[in-house]
Amino acid sequence: MNLTLKVWRQKNANSSGKMVTYKAESISPDMSFLEMLDVVNESLTLKGDEPIHFDHDCREGICGMCSLYINGRPHGPKSAITTCQLHMRSFHDGETITIEPWRAGAFPVIKDLAVDRSAFDRIQQAGGYVSVNTGGVPDANIIPIPKVIADEAFNSATCIGCGACVAACKNASAMLFVSAKVSQLGMLPQGQPERWSRVQAMVAQMDAEGFGSCTNTGACEAECPKGITLINISRMNNDFFSAKLFREEKVHDHSGGSE
Amino acid sequence: MSEIKQTFNSSLGKKLIMALTGLFLCTFIIVHLGGNLFLFKDDQGYGFNVYANFLTHFPPIKVVAYLLYACILVHALYGLVLTLKNRKARPVAYASQNKAPASWSSKNMGLLGSILFLFIVIHMGDFWYKYKFTHSVGYKEYRTDVLTNQTTVTDFVPVDPTFEHSSTTANDVEIVRVKDIHTLVSTSFHNVWYLILYVIAMGTLAFHLLHGFQSAFQTLGWTHRKYTPVVKFIGTWFFAVIIPAGFALMPIVYYFFR
Repeated sequence: MNLTLKVWRQKNANSSGKMVTYKAESISPDMSFLEMLDVVNESLTLKGDEPIHFDHDCREGICGMCSLYINGRPHGPKSAITTCQLHMRSFHDGETITIEPWRAGAFPVIKDLAVDRSAFDRIQQAGGYVSVNTGGVPDANIIPIPKVIADEAFNSATCIGCGACVAACKNASAMLFVSAKVSQLGMLPQGQPERWSRVQAMVAQMDAEGFGSCTNTGACEAECPKGITLINISRMNNDFFSAKLFREEKVHDHSGGSE
Repeated sequence: MSEIKQTFNSSLGKKLIMALTGLFLCTFIIVHLGGNLFLFKDDQGYGFNVYANFLTHFPPIKVVAYLLYACILVHALYGLVLTLKNRKARPVAYASQNKAPASWSSKNMGLLGSILFLFIVIHMGDFWYKYKFTHSVGYKEYRTDVLTNQTTVTDFVPVDPTFEHSSTTANDVEIVRVKDIHTLVSTSFHNVWYLILYVIAMGTLAFHLLHGFQSAFQTLGWTHRKYTPVVKFIGTWFFAVIIPAGFALMPIVYYFFR
């Protein structure tokens, strides 16, 4: 296969970038998209050019490191896969492929196609955990969990934090990611003690990072490589309003003793 | 106080305000359509004029009307604030067109809302403002013989220009004198530009509600395997088809058949 690539090149976070056209020649249809970029980079290196910088790690669709906005779609034209699972047989010979980094104010470009997704880490650190006190090891199945709850929580937990939802959203909203992380813990018994503080802290951090708000277009769930659904967003909204409007967050004052 | 402020200043809080004001406007529009069905009645405007008089003189409705004006303004203002904030969240645009399979209406709520706001300003300026704050609207006198149920209509010119409404009975004849908004509506609906404006505005309303009604439930977190399909059905067929079609039929019927 011979392809034309239009790739975003940007030296670093402070410089302005531009689209540059490259030829990708003798590409096997069995190569993954990242392997195709490896081949292009090899030829660039041989020519003495700077190779195209892009994020990748496990190359088997579970780490959430690879990204790329390919022809207007995060992770390319196929659904429910990451870019590393995308193969060149999904394109036709002679095709022009436009490759851009995730675009969001909260995801600044580090170099070329790699963006800084540490905003997601800070949202996780704000509340995406359960606090476990040390002690004897409890039996694994000591807390009964209904099958439907366990399955729903597991579905939410399949989020790999790649940021495709932000990339696909017209508002660059991180609601699908945050709601998956809130849901996965908020549904399980172990997540209950911090359920109401968690959702508030994570939403506050999401807002502070400068992500847009949700307009329920559903572009995120359509592009999510792990099939995270909008029901998570609805669940998080419900928990957030419940926490903000109805939950008691402080102990009633008993110090006066006058009543 | 600061906690409540914090809640409504968060991105989700702003969406909550959009959802609640939006749903209130949805309930209003049902009542508005219901009342305006009097326009289809061929009674020389009697029902419509008496209904308009009731709306402007019944105190509880006057209170709800102010809530309605507030909701329109807040919904538009928060929509603007959210849209601007969402634009800012992606400072560098994509070179390629986004191909995510999201509905057209869901991606263009700001545009649809702006058209609707413009329509509401024109619409209220033409009818609501003229009816309530000027003396440019004429009067009609309806004399109904209660025994034969025959109604005769004449134009009525009150001595006092601030005259609003009277309902008296002489012998067996009921005399109702009321502001004649019906003639104003009828004249407007015979103007081809009004016809076009109203039909376009109702098309816009259809697309706005097609996404908006079910989106409000999603924002509020009211989704459920059993009820969400019902909400989507109502949002599509009632709010995005029946209601806009009902409103659009009014100028169409007047322009072509009255």
